[in-house]
Amino acid sequence: MIAPVLLLVGIAFVAAIILGIAARVFHVEEDPRIEAVADLLPGANCGGCGMAGCNASAEAMVKGEIPVNACVVGGTETAEAIGLYLGYDVGGAEPSLACTTCEGGARAARKFEYSGLQDCRAALQLYHGPVRCENGCLGLGSCFKACKFSAITMNEETGLPVFHPDRCVGCGACVAACPKGIINLVEEKTKILHWNQYTECLSPCRQRCPAQINIPKYLAHARKGEYAAALATVKDNNPLAIATGRVCPELCATQCRRQIQDDPLAINAIKRFLSDWERDSGERLQVPVCAPTGHKVAVVGGGPSGLSAAYYLARLGHEVEIFEMMPKLGGMPLYGIPEYRLSEEQYQWDIDGVLQLGVKAHTGVTLGKDITIRSLKAVGFDAVYLALGCWHGRLIPFDGVNLKGVYSGIDYLRRFHTDEDLITGKRFVVIGAGNVAMDCARSALRAGAESVLLIFRFSRDMMEANAHEIVDAEKEGVEMRCLISPMRFVGENDTLTGVEVQQVELKLNPGGMPDCIPVEGTIEILDCDVVIQAVGQGTDLDAIVESDGLEKTRFSTVDANEDTLETNIPGVFAGGDCFTGPRLLVEAVAGGRYAARSIHYYVTTGSVPPIDNRQREMMPPAMVDSLINVNPISTSAIKPMISLEERMSTFREVEGTITEQQCVAEAERCLNCGIYCYDQDAVPSSQVRIIAPRIDKVQKKEKEEATV
Amino acid sequence: MELIYIAISATFVNNILLAQYLGNCPFLGVSKKIETAVGMAAAVLFVTALASICTWSVSTYVLNPYGLEFLQTLTFILVIASLVQLVEIIIKKKSRGLYNALGVYLPLITTNCAVMGVALLIPKNEMGFTEMLVFSCCSAIGYGLALILFAGIRERLLISPVPKSMQGTSIALVTAGIMAMAFMGFQGMAS
Repeated sequence: MIAPVLLLVGIAFVAAIILGIAARVFHVEEDPRIEAVADLLPGANCGGCGMAGCNASAEAMVKGEIPVNACVVGGTETAEAIGLYLGYDVGGAEPSLACTTCEGGARAARKFEYSGLQDCRAALQLYHGPVRCENGCLGLGSCFKACKFSAITMNEETGLPVFHPDRCVGCGACVAACPKGIINLVEEKTKILHWNQYTECLSPCRQRCPAQINIPKYLAHARKGEYAAALATVKDNNPLAIATGRVCPELCATQCRRQIQDDPLAINAIKRFLSDWERDSGERLQVPVCAPTGHKVAVVGGGPSGLSAAYYLARLGHEVEIFEMMPKLGGMPLYGIPEYRLSEEQYQWDIDGVLQLGVKAHTGVTLGKDITIRSLKAVGFDAVYLALGCWHGRLIPFDGVNLKGVYSGIDYLRRFHTDEDLITGKRFVVIGAGNVAMDCARSALRAGAESVLLIFRFSRDMMEANAHEIVDAEKEGVEMRCLISPMRFVGENDTLTGVEVQQVELKLNPGGMPDCIPVEGTIEILDCDVVIQAVGQGTDLDAIVESDGLEKTRFSTVDANEDTLETNIPGVFAGGDCFTGPRLLVEAVAGGRYAARSIHYYVTTGSVPPIDNRQREMMPPAMVDSLINVNPISTSAIKPMISLEERMSTFREVEGTITEQQCVAEAERCLNCGIYCYDQDAVPSSQVRIIAPRIDKVQKKEKEEATV
Repeated sequence: MELIYIAISATFVNNILLAQYLGNCPFLGVSKKIETAVGMAAAVLFVTALASICTWSVSTYVLNPYGLEFLQTLTFILVIASLVQLVEIIIKKKSRGLYNALGVYLPLITTNCAVMGVALLIPKNEMGFTEMLVFSCCSAIGYGLALILFAGIRERLLISPVPKSMQGTSIALVTAGIMAMAFMGFQGMAS
């Protein structure tokens, strides 16, 4: 009796000792997460997940080869535990959540009524699905069935799946189940690194916005009063919400489908309300930041492009330092935009938002003089982003350009924000008609000039400034004369006394700017003591070209690859105005995020992947030219403006922020456009202005009902 | 002559899969692709040979002298399981390549019925060391042969128009049955 027991115990004992020693002697270092995940798995080694045993399964889960809910024995609880462990693990990525891009659902046009098997795959077999839109949701709930965590429910009314972020573990089962490929796993990184593609469902405004802000999404949050979520959506693409909310010319609104029948949405006014809401609350929204990657990036230039790049690089987990040549961060919006449009104090909130992510800033440091790209690399920066801006105000080299009293636009505006003396005078002449010219003219009036005359070589409709800037400038008393060309500057004792000008006629030039033909005998001298030439800005790259061998284009901008922003020096990227030439603030912000994408890929993988099907032009299907059954509501989000008397002699902000009610009401006007569909809030046919076949039917039906 | 007889018997006539119906789970589970079937066959050969040597030693030098043959099944399970674990630990450290190639199947076939069956058949037939080695290797080769042939057929089946009700495991089981009948043709060669 004792012998068998002794034997078995003996064998087991020997085996245990041998195995124990072997495990020590032949220990192999492994990712500790694999062991942790293996512990969470049931250990049945059944192979039901398709892997050879639980250890192999754990390894595959950690590597992301199989979803965390692959274990059939463990079920939901195990999957949740693993999802929780892997999702929030420091070494892994931050949690990614499923979401769909389709907003169509029940409102999307149908090709036919489908009554077959209630499964998206099955429905897709029949004439490629019952929905007219190629990328629209079919609404049959394959994703809902695929989700093992009840994180998806189907909204009966809209016919769209609803994703519950608190239950989603980011397993990707729904992504695999969706035959239309409209469900994506979105993590913070994806949002920052993502650029519009032709294959996506993009509303017209979102296609047009240079920063590609998800406008319908933030408007949807805004109309529900979820201002924090709305602002977070803006900040996924634009960290300078205060500044853009004030000075952006709203390219998005030019594409708003509402303008077919009423006014385009005041998108920027809503953004301004949201950013002011945050600033007024005094408490900054927390943004998610990735785990530190250990890579160091230098950003040269603390303007919008540099700040935006620094912001997104910091959110991606990189260590960022900004080198700014001016005494203050902010760049051109700070030094070039007058206080009455964007005040330093307001803009500082945006700048602080970047710095609070742990970005270090060094001001008063000039590249090419105090530091070089080589020295930055020598102190351990893995990549350098050149966002130098256009700080060199061009001067047309007429006779007398060196007279005292002739300044460039940026030279004039800058002094309002530096310790330098202001340029003062009684009679100003501003040459040019861009936004900078308007800013100079309006600032001069406020600073005490008796008269400000703005002269422009071309006709009035060719003025580049935003339409309302021109109107405001005129209202404030700026005199404008078009078709006047300056000839030379007249002066006595090295001091300016006037500008000699001549009237011109335009000769249309197919495919280019028209030619200016001088009109004989119209030469006159305009008396003035200050001339401001707001005729363009450039970048002074000579010092950097000399010290580091940076290549520049013939337009004196940095020569960089358009798709990756890489310059001729490896690891050095360029963007913003110094690459594109002077452009809008929002374009610089977009350039900053684009550079962050390139730099992120460069420092983590060594190369920058191209963007497939990158959306550049507007997508024709989105440009619907008639709205059916849409209730016309004109905009009520008119910004309050201070009176003309209040404007003069102070630099008080001219435009105010809309109220909360205005914001919500305006956001409610959003049609939530997709490519093919928009919200059709049914209205009585008597109120419908657009005549379309479908309306006729509705009217007929109503008539019939009325007669019955 | 005796050894050739044993070899043919173990490989074809008494094929462990198709004549004795042992180790059917991996036979159906990992026979979808020839590539995995080859890996599995190699792992089975490796483990069967090792396990047979150990269990033969235990049986001959421990169990038989003390008249404890009735503990065969229990001790064999214990010995084979520990052995496979040990081998896995060692090759994981010493040869990552072999571990990655075999390692996938090693934990799966620990005391798999085929391995266990071969180990139990050896003392039953009172084999010597050489006979045992030939028998175990050839059994495993027979196993591998059947598995790889079967995987080849299943790969062809994937692209064949199989009626919906018969798809998947059903047609695989029918195929296995027909293969077993085909293997019965070897009956006359040895017994």
